[in-house]
Amino acid sequence: MIPPVAYFVIFKYLPMANAVLAFKNYNVIKGIWGSPWVGMKYFDLLFQNPAFKTLIVNTLYISFYHLAVSFPIPIILALALNEVKNVRFKKTVQMVTYAPYFISTVVMVSIVMLFLSPRLGIVNTIANALGFESVNYLGDPSLFRSVYVFSDVWQTMGYSAVIYLAALSGVDPSLYEAAKVDGASRFQKILNVDIPGIMPAAVIILILSVGNIMAVGFEKMYLLQNPLNLSTSEIISTYVYKIGLLNANYSFATAVGLFNSVINLVLLLVVNTIARRVSNTSLW
Amino acid sequence: MLIAKTQSGHAAGSVRRAIRESLGDRIFIAGTYIFLTVVLIAVLYPLVYILSSSISSPAAVSSGKVWLWPVDLTLDGYKAVFRNDQVISGYANSLFYTVFGTLISVALTIMIAYPLSRKSFFGRSPLMIFVTFTMLFSGGLIPTYLVVKSLGMIDTRWALLIPNAIWVWQVIIARTFFQSTIPDELSEAAEIDGCSDMRFLFSVIVPLAKPIIAVLALMYAVGQWNAYFDALIYLKSQSIYPLQLILRSILILNNGTGSIDAAEMVKRQQLAELMKYSLIVVASLPVLVIYPFVQRYFVQGMLIGSVKG
Repeated sequence: MIPPVAYFVIFKYLPMANAVLAFKNYNVIKGIWGSPWVGMKYFDLLFQNPAFKTLIVNTLYISFYHLAVSFPIPIILALALNEVKNVRFKKTVQMVTYAPYFISTVVMVSIVMLFLSPRLGIVNTIANALGFESVNYLGDPSLFRSVYVFSDVWQTMGYSAVIYLAALSGVDPSLYEAAKVDGASRFQKILNVDIPGIMPAAVIILILSVGNIMAVGFEKMYLLQNPLNLSTSEIISTYVYKIGLLNANYSFATAVGLFNSVINLVLLLVVNTIARRVSNTSLW
Repeated sequence: MLIAKTQSGHAAGSVRRAIRESLGDRIFIAGTYIFLTVVLIAVLYPLVYILSSSISSPAAVSSGKVWLWPVDLTLDGYKAVFRNDQVISGYANSLFYTVFGTLISVALTIMIAYPLSRKSFFGRSPLMIFVTFTMLFSGGLIPTYLVVKSLGMIDTRWALLIPNAIWVWQVIIARTFFQSTIPDELSEAAEIDGCSDMRFLFSVIVPLAKPIIAVLALMYAVGQWNAYFDALIYLKSQSIYPLQLILRSILILNNGTGSIDAAEMVKRQQLAELMKYSLIVVASLPVLVIYPFVQRYFVQGMLIGSVKG
């Protein structure tokens, strides 16, 4: 167990210590610890930066949009699958919806680009055939967020539904019988038996998603970005990458990243506390 | 006995339901089936379309004639893919990273998850906090980059194998598995027999842990095969690029084929477009082919992971 502990120290805790870089003026020769302290300079720089507001708004907007769509859909899918008595149909739906999860981000983004291409994409070809104008989905800042969110739903809903299906299979059968005796309709049964049954799982998943809110998929976002949609697609993590690694402005990028991590941690703690008070379910 | 009982119970229940099913319920069920069919088509259609396009003629694809089934069957796209040296070397590199990365990751994960699962292990809860805290807070991109840099891993194959070797989530899954399947008494018995901890780990735990090793290996392997971000930030030489990074330059940045021959231009452009579809199929195939066989392991892994503990 020494190697894994060393791993965590070196690759997880050392970077945390390195984050003091945010309060220093990084000098390659002097190294992290030898560089002079500059206090809150880089944070001031960040807060005064006119791009800062856009970054925050973009990050939060897309995160909450993503959460609002991708949280309920797997639940609905699982509830619907749970009603299906035809085993083969159920298995087919599950297997097909699960498959896109295994497609890599790079391939996923290129699929999105191929399908939505204004000139050759199948989406616009079909739209044209039906008499609609072509739309440049990835070039339109207002449509970008929806493309991001719904392509993600397409890829992950089947995978996310598995947890809920498991929770549903664990519901006490006597509750269903009681509901039947009471003359509950299918819909009432879902409302009064199924949904309470998956509540604990749902709360945990919700907390975890909120904990990831500031970490919206850098990978996909970065790949989907283009100069036309930058006004809504530039988020904190892509900004850190560009400023830090492409422009080698280490200290400033570290400050931005640290700000992001702290907000994230605070959000997680807040949501966890609320969940514990309201539903008695929490991460710890 | 018990099974037989529940089965007959279900049968009786469904007979009764068939009689009593109200109109509202039947409409509701029909709605459910329609909804699921729509979802099924929405997920399946893009996959079929990509496959069809990849074996259709370049001209048919770019003129929009393909919308479901392939038109003018050809394997030109695949030929172009396999003639591309970058793709071949990317494929070989990705295989290397997947095999060795998975070995390293699984070994490290088990080494930390096993002690964490033992109640007798001194300092268990501080260690658990030590591990899970990294899920909540991180130093960030730049500080991590600087650590990797100071270790001299930049632009070496190590950068893809080590810095991201352990996923905390996998540690939790493995720990839960050990906790629920391997009783503490087993290690006590081994201890009395004079078995060392190392020997115990290899001759008792590892054989018992085969299912969880399969789950971990699959998840790490898929992750490693699909990863591109570490390669993007840590690698500079194209000769060690994994497939995903090569894909990015061809599929997304359009840096694949370069030709200014005016007459050939249109044809080449069409072929480049077709090649993208073939490339998508080729790159996703290894994972998608094994997926039906390993699906249950994935589900199993997710379920173990979801148990709170």
